[in-house]
Amino acid sequence: MPATPRFLPAGESALVVEFGAAIDPALNDKVRAFDHALAAAAIPGIIETVPTYRSLMIHFDPRRLATDALISELRKLRIGPGAGGVPKHWLIPACYEPPHAEDLAEVAAALGLTPEKVAALHAGAEYRIYMFGFAPGYVFLGGLPAELIISRRPKPRPPVPQGALLIAGGQALIANRPMPTGWYNLGATPALLFDPKRSPPVSLDIGDRIRFTPVDGATFARLRQAADAGAQVIEQCVIEQKA
Amino acid sequence: MEAPHLSVLSAGPGATIQDGGRFGLRRYGLTPAGPMDWTAFRTANLALGNAADDAALEIGPGGIELVNAGPGPVGVAFCGGGFSWFRDGQLVGAAARLVLAPGAHLAARPGVAGIFTYLAVAGGLRTPVELGSRATDARAGIGGLNGGILRAGDRLPLAEGAAAPLDEAMIVAPWLRPDLDAPLRVILGPQDDYFDAAALDLFFSAPFKVTAGDRMAYRLDGAAIAHSRGYNIVSDGVALGAIQIAGDKKPLVLMADHPPTGGYPKLGHIARADIGRLAQLRPGRTCRFAQVSAETARQALLALKEAVATTHSFCRPLRRVVALAGLPAPDRSPWSGAGNRRPR
Repeated sequence: MPATPRFLPAGESALVVEFGAAIDPALNDKVRAFDHALAAAAIPGIIETVPTYRSLMIHFDPRRLATDALISELRKLRIGPGAGGVPKHWLIPACYEPPHAEDLAEVAAALGLTPEKVAALHAGAEYRIYMFGFAPGYVFLGGLPAELIISRRPKPRPPVPQGALLIAGGQALIANRPMPTGWYNLGATPALLFDPKRSPPVSLDIGDRIRFTPVDGATFARLRQAADAGAQVIEQCVIEQKA
Repeated sequence: MEAPHLSVLSAGPGATIQDGGRFGLRRYGLTPAGPMDWTAFRTANLALGNAADDAALEIGPGGIELVNAGPGPVGVAFCGGGFSWFRDGQLVGAAARLVLAPGAHLAARPGVAGIFTYLAVAGGLRTPVELGSRATDARAGIGGLNGGILRAGDRLPLAEGAAAPLDEAMIVAPWLRPDLDAPLRVILGPQDDYFDAAALDLFFSAPFKVTAGDRMAYRLDGAAIAHSRGYNIVSDGVALGAIQIAGDKKPLVLMADHPPTGGYPKLGHIARADIGRLAQLRPGRTCRFAQVSAETARQALLALKEAVATTHSFCRPLRRVVALAGLPAPDRSPWSGAGNRRPR
């Protein structure tokens, strides 16, 4: 891993600050720390930033900033320990019962596990939010147990329902909108992780940790109704911080 | 009295409301949206004295037909994509500023080239602002009118008191007639190191044909651009104009509705000064690429923005141009002699 990030142009109006090329919590911490330090520096002309697994994309106004001038500003940033802030922890309700778990049996058969074991493994892990995208409120998660590593489908499956919990390629994903996918659908959350009526429309943040709380079908229906009415059905939990 | 509005009588697929775009939410997976051809979009707004990024209509190859269904006259301006615009069935031209009397019809039909034309209204469209913008994000179902494309029967709210009369004019701005065969400028990166010198040479020397496209991406076909280090990268950020090369070795250029993150190597980015020109290339058209530095692309963008800001000095009296074209002069509008409001 390079000691300093690479600065890579993405056109004349955006710049990529690349910390590495892998999915790695340490890399993602660097992205988060750089993003927070940059927000605090408030460099005029920056429009917004997009943190990803391993890089930060900076969108800027080329009338106010040129690529080279931005890079020299970025080189001056001092990123102290703890610049990334303290991640929040969330509990997200998840239903692993039909009709919300369309591919659970298929995944269990492919991995030589029971459907109950697959659900228990998925719900038993702690995940880190690495990135949002490619559509509103899609949450890309790391931390999937190794027993659940399964490669992507050779062909996309029909659209998954809203809130689908997906796995493929050693990653986990919450799909906030129905969309065809090459991933496998293990369950669904009644939570609406993207709600345009809230500001910001997404409560979760990159670097946050999440766990899934299994709920039955009746609870799913009740929570989805509450979420549709604007209620926040995910829960932030307090974790004791070491001194 | 009824509030000022335009009514959509018919709309082909792809007519949406756009403004400068929705910013600050790309980190949550939202596309910025905004116009496909910002040059024409801004020209239409500036011809009316609007702010450059006020909400306006983007109209696709399906065209549109509207009527001024409000109680007073409405100032409108249209341009881009070489469309033919008609008022009450009479051809006006491809780029003009008009005052639509109550009950007047306005229709756009595509011409021989071009995909998108723009219709701005004095004071800007007053559809609801959602997440900081009026731009339609059809994938997320936000912005515009109920988050979707326009349909017959839609009612477009206008600014109260913004229908102040303007001189009717043709817009004769040279940037509305770009050379569609000139190479599109490209800035390398961020994953140009996934391609060797031979692949890059090929990319910058071979012609590519636009084969399909929508507001999210344009697909190109031509020489196969081989990766030297595979094509699976860990997803990273995506900017407007990104040239992704996926497993099929063909360029896919990400356009206004691009997702903010993606997982294929991006050889380079189309310069923003040229993105509108690419947006107007119909399937079947050929394009070429020329490599430039980020600073060269930036200077080109600033120069084009400065030119577009002078739109008002390219507005010529409508009657004279029509007469020169050998067409009968339209009836003198009660507004054409009133005032001489110089747009900002």
